[in-house]
Amino acid sequence: MKRHEHLLELSGVKKSFGRAVALDGLNLAIDSCELVAVLGPNGAGKSTAISLMLGLHEPDSGSVKLFARSPRDLKARLQIGVMMQEVFLAPELRVCEQIDLVASYYSDPLTPDAAMEMTQTSSLATRPYGTLSGGQKRQVQLAMAVCGRPRLLFLDEPSVGLDLRARQTMWSTLRGLVSDGASILLTTHYLEEAEALADRVVVLAKGRVIAAGTVNEMRALVMRQRISCRSSVNVETVKGWPYIETVSRDLHHLFITTADAQAVVLRLFAADPNLTELDVRRAGLAEVFSQLTLTEEDQ
Amino acid sequence: MISSMPANTPEVALQFFRGEESSRRAFRAYFTEAKYEFLRMLRIPAFSIPFLALPALLYLLMAAVLFGDAARRDPNAARVIFTAFGVFGVIGPAMFGFGSTVAIERDQGLLKFKRALPMPPAAYLLAKMVMAVLFAILIMATLIPSALTLGHLKLSAGKIFTVTFINTLGVLPFCALGLYIGTLVSGRSAPGFMHLIYQPMLYLSGLFFPLPGFMRLAAPIWPAFYLDQLALRAVGLPSRGPALLHVAVLATMTIVLTVLSVHRLSRER
Repeated sequence: MKRHEHLLELSGVKKSFGRAVALDGLNLAIDSCELVAVLGPNGAGKSTAISLMLGLHEPDSGSVKLFARSPRDLKARLQIGVMMQEVFLAPELRVCEQIDLVASYYSDPLTPDAAMEMTQTSSLATRPYGTLSGGQKRQVQLAMAVCGRPRLLFLDEPSVGLDLRARQTMWSTLRGLVSDGASILLTTHYLEEAEALADRVVVLAKGRVIAAGTVNEMRALVMRQRISCRSSVNVETVKGWPYIETVSRDLHHLFITTADAQAVVLRLFAADPNLTELDVRRAGLAEVFSQLTLTEEDQ
Repeated sequence: MISSMPANTPEVALQFFRGEESSRRAFRAYFTEAKYEFLRMLRIPAFSIPFLALPALLYLLMAAVLFGDAARRDPNAARVIFTAFGVFGVIGPAMFGFGSTVAIERDQGLLKFKRALPMPPAAYLLAKMVMAVLFAILIMATLIPSALTLGHLKLSAGKIFTVTFINTLGVLPFCALGLYIGTLVSGRSAPGFMHLIYQPMLYLSGLFFPLPGFMRLAAPIWPAFYLDQLALRAVGLPSRGPALLHVAVLATMTIVLTVLSVHRLSRER
């Protein structure tokens, strides 16, 4: 039986620059129609991983396969779209010309008009690229990334510099691409972006995957919950209870994070039967991410 | 394998004429890359205005104003001034259009971005060469009417065509020189380094005036000397050394510097 082939597969990839270890046995795979968010603190190895996936660097050991080929193979690269974190495009070319240029590299590209319509950048078509704002440039770069009808999109910090509305538009475009059959690998510092978009989240630290799963699995992984309520119980009392991680309060409200919300809520009611406005929530990805990377750094 | 080696031009050409998709895509990419490289350089006033306008303006200053009488009395003097400014004109865009832009684009990540995309490997450099060739044609197109009307130049159509052809192809060694400098230095320092070679070369290669004694002997160390000798021969004036030697030096320089540059760029991956 033929082995299932991933669109992208990194196996045991190691990469060092001088004495600095950037990737230390990284394993990662991307399949069809999924959006994977790669998170990690600065220096975790995200950019190095992407540059290996794009064939810009060779691994010291391990293998990187893009559509079961070397990432430097043109047949593999014909199936990808790329949006890099920092790229300086010719400011003199108009937006439609930038897209036309990138589209010319592909076998069956979208027209520049279609790519601009998809990314809602049609109004910028005749503007010289150099006159665009930072956010508009990112939107145009997305149009350039999608114009080749890629099966796999690499988006490195795609929504940096976007205002709220532009970010929502970009998210909607990305969701549309995935539902049309494309896969996306994105790195982001915006945790809400990963929460809003990702089918899977991969957390890197020190060049290794320290956690991977769906957003819900990641939350469950650390089992942290937030409790807020209107109560007169004082902070010092709560600090003495088991499983309390943080506790603070303002004039009326008490804020607690804990690994065992049920036990804490029972204690709260025992301590203050008049407690009101109780709210218990699972942790956001920001807290999960912070805890995972902190734990890794502690080791 | 053609799809992974679209830079293999003869094979691509055969497949193109057979109508194969991969070669059609490669040719479309080469054409579009060259078109937009030319267009964008044309739209940079700091590049296009000096390089397109200055050769003809300076030529007219010399051939029509300062040395107008000499050019009118002596047809050879008119030819010398014309060839000198033709060579001067085409060298600038080749060196600076290549060197500075490659250095800047290396610094600013554009080269890395293009490598990640399925751009045919040679398209980036070929586009810049085409840009330099088109600028050379435009420069000659401004210089020739100026010379024939106000510069007292009397030259047959055949000789005008030959010298234009030589100057147009003659940009290639200077593209290679600019490219090599562009792979060595940063974008910020590239123009400075370029001027360190460009300015002395203009004067010490004997382009504009006869050089005295030892300087005349040292002129062949500058590549502009060889292009100037070919241009002088093309307009019917005596030149120093055989044409084959001049062509061989310029061709060797083009090949060696391009190979070294491509090697340096590929190591930067």
